[in-house]
Amino acid sequence: MTPSHDIGIWIAALLTLGIFSFLYRDNPVYKFCEHLFVGVSAGYYVVLTYFSSMKPNLLTPLFGHFGEGRNFLLIIPFVLSLFLFSRFFPRGDWLSRWSIATILGVYPALRITGFGQSDLVQQVGGSILPLWVAGDPLTSLNNTLLVAGLLATLVFFFFSKEHVGAVGGIAKVGVYFLMVSFGASYGYTVMARVSLLVGRVMFLLDNWLGLVRF
Amino acid sequence: MSLASIASLDRRWIFLAVGLLVILPLAFGFHIAPVEPSPRSRGFYDAIEKLPEGSTVLLAGDYDPSTIAENYPMHLAAARHLMRRNMKIIALALYPAGPPLTDQVLHLVGEEFHKKEGIDYVNLGYKTGNELVMSSMGSSIPRTFPVDRRGIAVTQIPVMKGIQNYEQFALLVNVSAGFPGTKEWVQQVVSRYHLPMVAGVTAVSAPEYYPYLQTGQLHGLLGGMAGAAEYEALIERPALAMRGMDAQSLAHVFIALMILLGNLAFLGKQPARRA
Repeated sequence: MTPSHDIGIWIAALLTLGIFSFLYRDNPVYKFCEHLFVGVSAGYYVVLTYFSSMKPNLLTPLFGHFGEGRNFLLIIPFVLSLFLFSRFFPRGDWLSRWSIATILGVYPALRITGFGQSDLVQQVGGSILPLWVAGDPLTSLNNTLLVAGLLATLVFFFFSKEHVGAVGGIAKVGVYFLMVSFGASYGYTVMARVSLLVGRVMFLLDNWLGLVRF
Repeated sequence: MSLASIASLDRRWIFLAVGLLVILPLAFGFHIAPVEPSPRSRGFYDAIEKLPEGSTVLLAGDYDPSTIAENYPMHLAAARHLMRRNMKIIALALYPAGPPLTDQVLHLVGEEFHKKEGIDYVNLGYKTGNELVMSSMGSSIPRTFPVDRRGIAVTQIPVMKGIQNYEQFALLVNVSAGFPGTKEWVQQVVSRYHLPMVAGVTAVSAPEYYPYLQTGQLHGLLGGMAGAAEYEALIERPALAMRGMDAQSLAHVFIALMILLGNLAFLGKQPARRA
């Protein structure tokens, strides 16, 4: 049992305990840790983005290769990125709209194709299943439940007809399927939150206090 | 203790109980139940086992320290499995704080299996742009990642020789904490380039990916610490996740009990007071 001699580990451990102190009640130590985290994260991300993306992908190919074939097309994203900062100047802030328009044009176009293929076409294909699989009653039951659940849930989200009579009954079954789905999601959420606590406790017991080696 | 007193119980007692239920099993290391691999974890394992030795695999570690408890064990286990099977690993991260964690995983496991950086694996680091990075890699990986995390040009790194785009990879292994992550890799890479993929994800996001598993867009899925523990059992290398599962299970039982008691206390109230 040897507590860590690393100052970084001690800072991390004390900050962890500072954050946990919120569980008792809100307090200045917690506020300090929270603000420190936000500030350090913002600074880290700015520096990292410059050295991992701006410099190797834009500035070096555009300005760095003296005497070699420069990629002058990169002037376009370079100028557009500068335009984004025009928001700080009221007289020229309209320039930033060009950059935002470019982002808004490219990004949805890129996402729509991928989304349509993976979340629509493939999922519709995946729900067309045989309801009876010879010699495999469990798969048959599974497929039937999946198809019935899908149809009932779709009926629940169909608002062009009032949910009464048969439609209302099917929509109610859809609600039960949704509730099972929410329950599963909640169970996974609990698992995720407890895992985070387990991870912090492991850090405190092992890296900081040296009580247990994981 | 009556049901009415449960309704007015100070929540800090519950926090204390959960804390103790997590600390005690970890400190004293007692074992509750064996870890049984699920078909989802087995799919993850089988996808790697089926690859020919020496294949090149893309390992995307899209997470940061906030989900280290869930993602790091599965990242570590996947790297162990890949290196044990002599796969070449091209690693990257779409989370800004991801690359140091990837470095840690690759260096630790690389030493275990006597693998060398640059020859057997490389960490290309982080690149901003989310789906744009994925899409750009489909055209040219050397143009998207001109240098690796150390600043060495990828054209001079042996393991990157011949790597142009997704066609050179046998599998995509994604360890994901959310956005950008598994969903975006499926949408941008699996659907467009048909690269086989497996994913290890945080528990909170796992239900979102079950449809991809059902349609075969994902070959395997590790959900949270439980998924990581199952995978550790499959590769026969118990580590962080398996050690954490006892604490996890005890806390789960307690929380389930609290939910049950809380609902009973709620139902026990007079109808007028429920609202």
